[in-house]
Amino acid sequence: MNLLTQQPALAGETLGERLQSRGVSRRDFLEFCGRLAVVLGLGELAGPRLAHALQSVRRPSVIWIQLQECTGCVESVLRTVEPTIGNLLLEMVSLDYSHTIMAAAGHQAEAALQKAMQDNAGKYLLIVTGSIPLADGGVYTTIGGRTAKAVLEEAAHGAAAIVAVGACAHWGSVQAARPNPTGAVGVSEVIKDKPVINVTGCPPIGDVVTATVAHFLTFNRLPATDSDGRPLFAYGKRIHDQCPRRAHFDAGQYVEVFDDENARKGWCLYHVGCKGPATFSPCPIFQWNGGTSWPIGAGHPCIGCTERNFWDTMSPFYDRLPDVGGFGVERTVDIMGAALAIGATAGVAAHAIATGVHQARLRRQLPVIPDGKE
Amino acid sequence: MAATKVVVDPITRIEGHLRIEAQAEGGRITNAWAHSTQFRGIEIVMQGRDPRDAWAFTQRICGVCTVVHAVASCRAVEDALDITIPPNANLIRNLIHGMQFIQDHVIHFYHLHALDWVDVISALSADPAGTARIAKSISPWPNNSETYFKAVQDRVKQFASGGQLGIFTNGYWGHPAYKLPAEVNLLAVAHYLEALDWQRDVIRVHTIFGGKNPHPNFLVGGMASAINLDGTATINAEKLIDIQGMIRRARVFVEQVYWPDLVAIAGFYKDWAAIGGGVPNFLAVGEFPQGDVRDIEKLYFPRGIILDKDLSKVHPYDHKLVKEYITSSWYQYAGGDGVGLHPWEGETKPVYSGPKPPYEFLQDQQKYTWMKAPRYEGKPMQVGPLSRMLVAYASGHEGAKELVGAALGKLNVGPAALFSTLGRTAARGIETVLLARQMEVWFGQLIDRIKSGDTRTFEKSKWEPSSWPATAEGYGYLDAPRGALGHWVQIANGKISRYQCVVPSTWNCSPRDGQGQMGPYEAALTDHHPLLKPDEPLEILRTIHSFDPCMSCGVHVLDATGAPIVEVKVQ
Repeated sequence: MNLLTQQPALAGETLGERLQSRGVSRRDFLEFCGRLAVVLGLGELAGPRLAHALQSVRRPSVIWIQLQECTGCVESVLRTVEPTIGNLLLEMVSLDYSHTIMAAAGHQAEAALQKAMQDNAGKYLLIVTGSIPLADGGVYTTIGGRTAKAVLEEAAHGAAAIVAVGACAHWGSVQAARPNPTGAVGVSEVIKDKPVINVTGCPPIGDVVTATVAHFLTFNRLPATDSDGRPLFAYGKRIHDQCPRRAHFDAGQYVEVFDDENARKGWCLYHVGCKGPATFSPCPIFQWNGGTSWPIGAGHPCIGCTERNFWDTMSPFYDRLPDVGGFGVERTVDIMGAALAIGATAGVAAHAIATGVHQARLRRQLPVIPDGKE
Repeated sequence: MAATKVVVDPITRIEGHLRIEAQAEGGRITNAWAHSTQFRGIEIVMQGRDPRDAWAFTQRICGVCTVVHAVASCRAVEDALDITIPPNANLIRNLIHGMQFIQDHVIHFYHLHALDWVDVISALSADPAGTARIAKSISPWPNNSETYFKAVQDRVKQFASGGQLGIFTNGYWGHPAYKLPAEVNLLAVAHYLEALDWQRDVIRVHTIFGGKNPHPNFLVGGMASAINLDGTATINAEKLIDIQGMIRRARVFVEQVYWPDLVAIAGFYKDWAAIGGGVPNFLAVGEFPQGDVRDIEKLYFPRGIILDKDLSKVHPYDHKLVKEYITSSWYQYAGGDGVGLHPWEGETKPVYSGPKPPYEFLQDQQKYTWMKAPRYEGKPMQVGPLSRMLVAYASGHEGAKELVGAALGKLNVGPAALFSTLGRTAARGIETVLLARQMEVWFGQLIDRIKSGDTRTFEKSKWEPSSWPATAEGYGYLDAPRGALGHWVQIANGKISRYQCVVPSTWNCSPRDGQGQMGPYEAALTDHHPLLKPDEPLEILRTIHSFDPCMSCGVHVLDATGAPIVEVKVQ
């Protein structure tokens, strides 16, 4: 979205040159790269390498197709908060197709898609939001008279890699909840011959999407994932292990009913249904809308929306998760975690990084909006 | 001369999947069809669920108007369980929903609708000093300087000179229907970019009260965000001041950027005040409770119906007079296609009878869309900002009268101009100004309540299912940014036994009914509607975007035994 505020590369121009022409100092850029390196789990020392890669990359084509969905994932990326440098991240790409914001419609839109696919065959990054309804010959979503499956298969054919954004593209989400009336599935159920990464959530945090794209453009490969295809830099840690209310869980201090005295003290939401102990998510680290808050921070239990099948496995949302032990009986929680994801690493280091990133984001300047004259 | 068949699919810059087909002859549209081409079936998914979870499921109907289904769902369940939420919770919901309106309408204007009126490429040849002069003459906004507009223009010049136009590829640049001077085009392009930054700031009201946006969290019985001025993890003074700042920045941007831009641009397109009127009936269910949600006399935007463009009378609305038809929709009724059914009797079964994809045309099909055709006493209805402002204007709403009068005066047109494509776009701006001001009133009321010692945000007496009756049913209305919305829920033994929504885009995107009456999109496209170049359907986009379509699909579903499980038409 922030592409709109960007300039494309001139022929042969690199990102570094573009930044300079836009008055962004090298110091700002390096600082950003250092922060991004931490977010991506590479450690701060990888910052210079990231900076070098970003500056060398030409502006590649990105094609964004929207299938069976609610558009919430597009809106989430619209909220990405990197007022200057985050925009530059997106500036590295040329967004050649996007239903929600492109000027052209109808056959002019389809022509833009065809041209981008031909001109960048084998090289473009494909972003997909929405699921693919396979029941009844695919009649439950058509675009330009063609099924969602046909649109996806064609776009995937020449893609270098695919970023499946949101729970719908990951596994089908709400329309795939029991009994899945339209036979909705995620991207990786349809496309088997391309790398697919699942930036999941309902919706995911916009900044996680842009960080994943940056990773691909920098290293020419997708970031490492867990067994469900989710990038570890964002989904490698369990909410429960990063939660600012964790101390209250360990101390047995729980909200028993909403708006009780304990809620007003900010105690743990486990007894009112929090799914944090079973959910791997970047929420506590990245937070939402520029570090403003996150669901637990606003007093509502996590509903587990980054987990496959959460509409069925995590509901009723206000029922207590079974078998989550308290202080000193952590084993149950750890077993549950091990079953849910591979690759969760040591909690102490993770927490240190998470805290650092969290604080960095809080310090980050929010968009400068003129107050205007009264 | 034979009519030219026109297909526009995908309609871009909307929510969801919409296809428009038309026939054009001699520069005019002679016939039109609106096709919804997505179905998700969320309604059937909801059967047997905990009614306290319903808001989260229905919220995912739409990620653009991301709070409206959640709030309507909470209201429906609260109505069923006879829950009265605390006044603080109602004020917080008003602040969240009010900011949804404001942010959504501004995004719609600049990022979804503007490119129908604004030629981005033309802005390259503008004189930035001229843009600054125009801008200063209509607004005190601080960025109205030549230097500022020059910087924006340079940025766009570099963009265009690179040859990679990205999202602007294949736009209708240079089309003769673009009428703005280059300087005004530059003004709009600059604010297109500014609005992107603005929207992600002000929407954080949702994040503070609901934890995130899109899809903030809600709660049956109130809100989950507890208030404690001395807490670190609660709504405290720091957070309230942050919100106050957002509310102020929202109002200032709306008053100094959005509204002046809208009036300035509209001045160059006055011919569109006589184009695209279409269906002459307007329905508003009313919104923003300023007391108990059931007290419709205290709604900030009033409830009512305008018939046949007659502003001298506001008719009452009774939901029992709504019936739905499937003559043109991919469904079957046991009683045949000729009958109309009230939603409570909703007996519906999706049966796709269109051509096998890929297909070329749908306009020769008897049934051509997933949308049903709701009718009020047999009449099609427009819903949305224009309906709300007409009902408010005709009801004597002081703010609406003042702003509608001022807009008509500035454009030097009479009230008849409201019934048009331009009227829908102007009404959206008018209600945004009203809400941007009213937000400060609601925020002040919340502060006063906290000052007086009332920090309650949740009514807990009916939270546990053991406190519920064996069966219950409830209705939750809500007038969303795109128009009238209703959720109906039936609860049996603590679970949802039936759930139903009737949503704005079903009214507006409805197909022909058994009487052959077109829905509002179709009727608007055939009402004195130009189409200069059938292969560049710019004018179609103008009128369709003036409704702000939100398509995420509409469906009614039966279970295997033929009994209605649940019905939803989705915005």
